[in-house]
Amino acid sequence: MASLELKDIGKSFGATAVLEAVDLSVEAREFVAFLGPSGSGKSTLLRIIAGLERADSGEVWLEGRRIDLLPPGDRGVAMVFQHYALYPHMSVRENMAFGLRNARVPKDEIERRVADAARVLEIEPLLERKPAEMSGGQRQRVAIGRALVKEPKLFLLDEPLSNLDAALRLRTRVELAQLKRRVDAAVIMVTHDQAEAMTLADRIVVMNDRRIQQVGPPMEIYSQPANLFVAQFVGSPTMTVADAELVGRGEHAALKLGDGTVIETAVRRDALPPGALRVGLRPEAVRVATAGAGAAEAKAELVERLGERTLVYARLADGEPITAEDDGDSRVAIGDAIALRIDGASAHVFDANGAAYHRSDS
Amino acid sequence: MTSEREWRGLLFVAPFMLLYALILIFPLLRGLWLSLNQVDLFGDGHFVGAGNYVRLFHDPIFATALLNTFEVTLMIVPPLTAIALALALALNRASRTAALFRGIFFSSAVLSVTIVTLVWRFMLAPDAGLLGYVARIVGAEPLAFLSDEDLVLPALAITTIWWSLGFPMLLFLAGLQQIPEDMYEAAALDKAGRWATFWRITLPSLKRTLVLVVMLQTAAQLQLFGQAQLLTAGGPSGASRTAVLFLFETAFGRWELGYASAAAEVLFLIILAVTLTQYWATGRTTAAQGGR
Repeated sequence: MASLELKDIGKSFGATAVLEAVDLSVEAREFVAFLGPSGSGKSTLLRIIAGLERADSGEVWLEGRRIDLLPPGDRGVAMVFQHYALYPHMSVRENMAFGLRNARVPKDEIERRVADAARVLEIEPLLERKPAEMSGGQRQRVAIGRALVKEPKLFLLDEPLSNLDAALRLRTRVELAQLKRRVDAAVIMVTHDQAEAMTLADRIVVMNDRRIQQVGPPMEIYSQPANLFVAQFVGSPTMTVADAELVGRGEHAALKLGDGTVIETAVRRDALPPGALRVGLRPEAVRVATAGAGAAEAKAELVERLGERTLVYARLADGEPITAEDDGDSRVAIGDAIALRIDGASAHVFDANGAAYHRSDS
Repeated sequence: MTSEREWRGLLFVAPFMLLYALILIFPLLRGLWLSLNQVDLFGDGHFVGAGNYVRLFHDPIFATALLNTFEVTLMIVPPLTAIALALALALNRASRTAALFRGIFFSSAVLSVTIVTLVWRFMLAPDAGLLGYVARIVGAEPLAFLSDEDLVLPALAITTIWWSLGFPMLLFLAGLQQIPEDMYEAAALDKAGRWATFWRITLPSLKRTLVLVVMLQTAAQLQLFGQAQLLTAGGPSGASRTAVLFLFETAFGRWELGYASAAAEVLFLIILAVTLTQYWATGRTTAAQGGR
């Protein structure tokens, strides 16, 4: 059963449109990540669901109830703010109990819920402290606790990890994943960090330029991006995209790059529209190889050694930049002439409008 | 080396220290010395020890003046604080109208006390004043604010509140600006109504501003002088004579500088004690709340 449903949401601030015709349905207990660059409208969408922003058009439904006309406190949602927004003059216990008291939850029930949340989040020793007396990570837990005690139908997390240092961020990410399995609610997280979205979410909603670009499970977003934006926004390092020309006559499209290299893709030729085409290659589809037949010639410009693999940023003979992968113990040095073996079967093709075409068997 | 450096440092602060000593420390000590002497404006006095203070202690006029001062301070500070806070809450928004009203409410603060008393004399006068006019319209007898012993202090308080509203309002506005917006959003998601939001979020966040406003206003109103002097000259029959007005009359009406200085020292100690008590009482609770 769908838990949350967004129907045709539109929003502008003055003359600037930030959301247009957004439709989305989130399943019960699903973890969805809104992923996009800043200004893509993802935070605004979250705030519309929370009731902190009013949509100009469209409807928001939660568990069969229309909520977009209700005040934030009556919607059955809880939110963890980017900067936590804890009440500085209240203790941790009071911070967590405040919302329940306003909702006239009985006293012993409040105590039970606060105690439960404190145990789960391991903040029991902090209950009498004020926010100013805690570290960033501890505050983060309290903010999560404050949302948890409300037992909402939907959790909204606004960039929950962005204020933590790298080590704490990894740990909190694991904890969020565990937490998600405990709660009987859907979770929506806004993030601009694709690693967060990929590791935590059941489905990712990629947003850009006022619209949802693609909705799907993390690996689908990665291996079958709907368009050029998604292909380049997801994946690190960025996918290589180069102009190409359709050649040959086979069932699958063969594309010739500017330097003459021909890539035999697995994309059906008859699926492609006429007009200019571009080919997209993930780094793992371009391997550094020994020179020989079928290999493209390139010159290494930058070598990035990551330990388990090496990334080589190179240029083809016609000056086109391309990113390739090599083994961890690669001996490629900057300035070397190298040969690249391209795995055409995993190549993506984009038309002039940016729409993507993938291998026909997937 | 070190001592040379210290000397150079002293050289830098010397001009300020000199001025400070000359126009602050010296008069302060001089006042203290005067209060121990019987002295008038024209000749050298003679040392009387605690004589002036003993006389003050038995002076019913001074006692009345102190009582009047406390009364009028109590009449002014709580409503002034409440009204300034209410105005700040109402005007803490980014609209053009709010900016206009902020300007209007602050404008009374830039007037001199002479103009303020002039305005309020017109307001309060029973025969020609605005309040009297209004009273007659509703069929009531106009109240003689400035000649009734029971009404003169409230009249003084109203005038002072009207005059002093701007600055506390500005302080509260600044305090309100410091409260992050997401705190109110969290409160909205926590189902806090207007009332709960005000009492549990806004007011605790304004606590330090509130303490500051009350302390500054208490210290200022305990020294209330100009309005009393210009509106009523302390009358009728001393009902609006404040401590500073007593001081002024003693020093520059009866030329008793020593006696007036003693009164000034007593008032100084009272203000110091009240302010420190407020600071101590609120500072403790603020610390207990973990506020910084």
